[in-house]
Amino acid sequence: MAIRDSRDAIRLGIEMVHQHFMLVERFTVLENVMLGAEGGPLLARGAALARAGLARLGEAFGLRVDPDARVGNLPVGAQQRVEILKALHRGAEVLILDEPTGVLTPQEADDLFRVLRALRAQGRTVLLITHKLREIMAVTDAVSVMRAGRMVAHRETAATSVAELGELMIGRRLAAPAPRPAPKLGPVLLEARNLSVRDAGGVERVKGVDLTLRGGEILGIAGVAGNGQGELLETLAAMRRPATGEIRLGGRTVFPGWGFNPAALRRQRLGHVPEDRLRSGLLRNASAAETAILGYQDDPSWRRFGLLAPPAIAAHAARLMRDYDVRPPDPALRSALFSGGNQQKLILAREIDRDPQVLLVGQPTRGVDIGGIDAIHQRLLACRAAGKAVLLVSVELDEIMALADRILVMFDGRIMGELATAEADERRLGLLMAGVSPERAA
Amino acid sequence: MSGLPRWAELALLPALNLLLALALTALLVLATGGDPVAALTALAMGSLGSADAIGYTLYYATNMAFTGLAVAVAFQGGLFNIGAEGQAYLAGLGVTLAALHLGFLPGLLLVPLAIAGGAAFGALWAAIPGWLQARRGSHIVITTIMFNFLAAALMVYLIVNLLTPPGSMAPESRPFPAASALPGLAGFGFPSSAPVNLALLLAVLAALAVWLLVWRTPWGYALRVMGQSPAVATYAGIDQGRMIILVMALSGALAGGVAVNELLGAQHKLLLGFTGGYGFTGIAVALMGRNHPAGVLLAALLFGALTQGGAELAFEVPDVPSEIVVLIQGLVILFTGALGNMLRPALARMLGRAGG
Amino acid sequence: MVALELILPILAATLRTATPLLLGALAGLFSERAGIIDVGLEGKMLVGAFAAAAAAAVTGNVLLGLVAGIGGACLLGLVHAYACVTLRGSQVVSGMAINIIASGLTATLALAWFSQGGQTPPLPPGARFLPVTLPGAAALAGVPVLGPAYAALVSGQTVLVYLALILVPFSAWVLYRTRFGLRLRASGEHPAAVDTAGISVARLRYSAVMVASVLCGIAGAYIATAQGAGFVRDMVAGRGYIALAAMILGGWRPWPILFTCLLFGLLDAVAIRLQGVAVPGIGAFPVQALQALPYLLTVVLLAGFVGRAIPPRASGQPYVKER
Repeated sequence: MAIRDSRDAIRLGIEMVHQHFMLVERFTVLENVMLGAEGGPLLARGAALARAGLARLGEAFGLRVDPDARVGNLPVGAQQRVEILKALHRGAEVLILDEPTGVLTPQEADDLFRVLRALRAQGRTVLLITHKLREIMAVTDAVSVMRAGRMVAHRETAATSVAELGELMIGRRLAAPAPRPAPKLGPVLLEARNLSVRDAGGVERVKGVDLTLRGGEILGIAGVAGNGQGELLETLAAMRRPATGEIRLGGRTVFPGWGFNPAALRRQRLGHVPEDRLRSGLLRNASAAETAILGYQDDPSWRRFGLLAPPAIAAHAARLMRDYDVRPPDPALRSALFSGGNQQKLILAREIDRDPQVLLVGQPTRGVDIGGIDAIHQRLLACRAAGKAVLLVSVELDEIMALADRILVMFDGRIMGELATAEADERRLGLLMAGVSPERAA
Repeated sequence: MSGLPRWAELALLPALNLLLALALTALLVLATGGDPVAALTALAMGSLGSADAIGYTLYYATNMAFTGLAVAVAFQGGLFNIGAEGQAYLAGLGVTLAALHLGFLPGLLLVPLAIAGGAAFGALWAAIPGWLQARRGSHIVITTIMFNFLAAALMVYLIVNLLTPPGSMAPESRPFPAASALPGLAGFGFPSSAPVNLALLLAVLAALAVWLLVWRTPWGYALRVMGQSPAVATYAGIDQGRMIILVMALSGALAGGVAVNELLGAQHKLLLGFTGGYGFTGIAVALMGRNHPAGVLLAALLFGALTQGGAELAFEVPDVPSEIVVLIQGLVILFTGALGNMLRPALARMLGRAGG
Repeated sequence: MVALELILPILAATLRTATPLLLGALAGLFSERAGIIDVGLEGKMLVGAFAAAAAAAVTGNVLLGLVAGIGGACLLGLVHAYACVTLRGSQVVSGMAINIIASGLTATLALAWFSQGGQTPPLPPGARFLPVTLPGAAALAGVPVLGPAYAALVSGQTVLVYLALILVPFSAWVLYRTRFGLRLRASGEHPAAVDTAGISVARLRYSAVMVASVLCGIAGAYIATAQGAGFVRDMVAGRGYIALAAMILGGWRPWPILFTCLLFGLLDAVAIRLQGVAVPGIGAFPVQALQALPYLLTVVLLAGFVGRAIPPRASGQPYVKER
């Protein structure tokens, strides 16, 4: 039986609790639960049934929520209970939860697990998608490991261990770090103290992070995607404002303080290759030449008589493209038409060419072909050799191993631990990435 | 994104959209028992058939070039300014106050000051919705709509109660001093009856200035970045709030050109409702002209010709009113703006096949 | 009693001017609650007015006029829905296009069909909605205060006034008490939630735009065949935009919308009566200040200086199903 859309899935009793809740915040709990299962063209009868049903489900699974509360006023944990109630109210037999604890406090997560156990006890099937090994060990019966879009292993939970799962997640022996000269450490160029960041919804994404970065080294930040690395990077680049903490760049406090914005930090020689180049790093519908001056448009060197001089910009872009082997080397071509690797090389060229003292790099080889990866890696190593401080955020462990001198592992917005690359192996990294602290893993 | 070659995107698609609008209008004329060929001929002859006609065409086109530029420059920053009508109206107040109160100055001083007064008033009237969007989060579309009506109420009050000379029955200001008049273009072979005046040249200069500003300055670069993607603008460190206020002010100043053309160039006094819907026509002009100054000038010529031709049409062909031109404008907005995705896929497929 | 004679006509005029605003604002309410911004109220009302007047003039039947008015507005509504929902075009551009098209189209058709300088022929009483005298108006006439009030306000309105008033609780009922209303509101707040519940967002939004069009058609018919006696060029005269302001000021909710429409109606009724009245110190009363008040209030509210108008969360955004 093929499932073509959500309607088919619902008919088959398959319901999903999305990572981003499918809840109407302005609606009451009852209205949300009824949406799509109204029980007739008029709401009155269905509402009475839903109210009774909610009480019954709340009783059976420990999912108590006030049916008349506005969802937007509920804490996140309660909103998630509404999502589950919604699914159960529609008759879910199979419940899929996508990273359900990402937004929950530990207490809320424990409550969730109690609910999941109750569901199992009453004969429902629960499919839990998570990268947190603790959760897998705590509530599941069986586990499948997915890597790079493929199912690579199946285990009975009772017959496996956190250590084995950690290794399976990473999947292979990591290449030993390439031999390279020991870093010639320079002065501290970037420092963050107790940095916390909230997203637009008020959820804390970065929680009290400390880091120190010296000239001449590459600091890698590893972790499963979505554990706060992206927010950390954007905050260090002043694209987000921290909630608390301090940031020092080149020995000067830039936050808290006036002029904490990307343009001012660029003037203090901070380069930034953003994580999501298509969303924020380049002008898709503008020429490569225009992308080549993004962020540096105020520079007088491409002005003639005070006006932007396209020939000067094109010449600058052409030089960058030649130096960094961007193909095709055509400054007039629309930025969106380059391959991922060539787009990335262009951005890297733009940022490195300004001779930054600190270079922030996010996912530098995402969507880049093999040849491009090597070229980009060589560029980053050259920056290190030139005494620049490089902060590398990547979900590719091989990349981190190949480039970083030290590795910080982020999990749930915190730094779980620091490893020198020489001491790092797949087991330690895997555990830290899954949120198991080194003491407990030992 | 579009998958269309540049020439098709810039020339073929607008031309097709215009043709579609004209064809639909012709069908309507035919369906109501009119003669579309006669109507079209009257349109063409009425707008381009004599020096006098061309003079009127250019006169209307001047207004539309100003409002078209106003809408286009805001569009480049991703803002939809529906308020050009009200901004032009308020600019009329600035022009009038300068012309009436500084009337003792010689023309060489008075005219630039009156123009500056108009631009300043237009800019201010647009900067307020800009500020409200940038700092208070109000939707610029709704506020600019409301500001059109606020402008209308304010101007009616001022004209009727304060600017109309005592004893006069017509709701209009006293005539401007002669020194404030922009010279006509009789020297270029237009009959002196044609209202086309030096403001035309000003519109062309404004288009050039807009082009330089938007495509040749770092500020314009930042504006276009913001218009393409606020996320990229954040990355590039562009202060978007400031940008919104400034570009709205610029947009309003450009809309003020209507007041210059109408009041200093032709009417020589402040009239009720002198803006005559040009602010809305500006939307069609900007969309048709692909929000580029050169395109805006061409589209303004086209719509200026339609307006002048429409006026003649109403005389020549019974039962086809000049408002049919408004219908064509509306259809052009619909096809180029809202239904923009209708022709594009088919066109891309056709061109793709032809190109191999 | 003098005060009563002064106030009653003003209140009666308030009801009459509020009616098209109310119909238009409720139209906007349905459309925007489903997530489709509707700045094209003005245009749909104008086409509704013209179609109603034209049909009433030709057939002599006011009900056929009403049906034609609704039909005309619905045609424009279909264009809007096609542009916004199917093609995911800009909702604001589409709305503005509809306003401009309506202005040109009605003037063109009016001249072509009736050759009277862009008007329809004046409608005879049979082709118009006339005030209905409710039973009891005569009986109560003798009762002080209540009698005249009943005769002037409750009785003596056209049937469309009563319809518009009834539509307020009816709209509230549809939005908050029916499945259609629940889904409609959800698709304006969080269309993905509607989609994952197995409901078509596109179909909902089409329906909402069509409901809005029907209401605009009625509003237009009221303007041309109840308030007026035939179509005159651009006769809606900005009332579509005031309706939009009333909807925003009413916070996209039916009962507050009734209140704002009555307030705007009252302002208008008072303004007309104060026209030319001299105020000591100022001179002629600045009627324009009263006329500008609806727009000013809307701007102030939108800016959050007083209260806050929270539009439906997903309004203006085309819904793109994730693949």
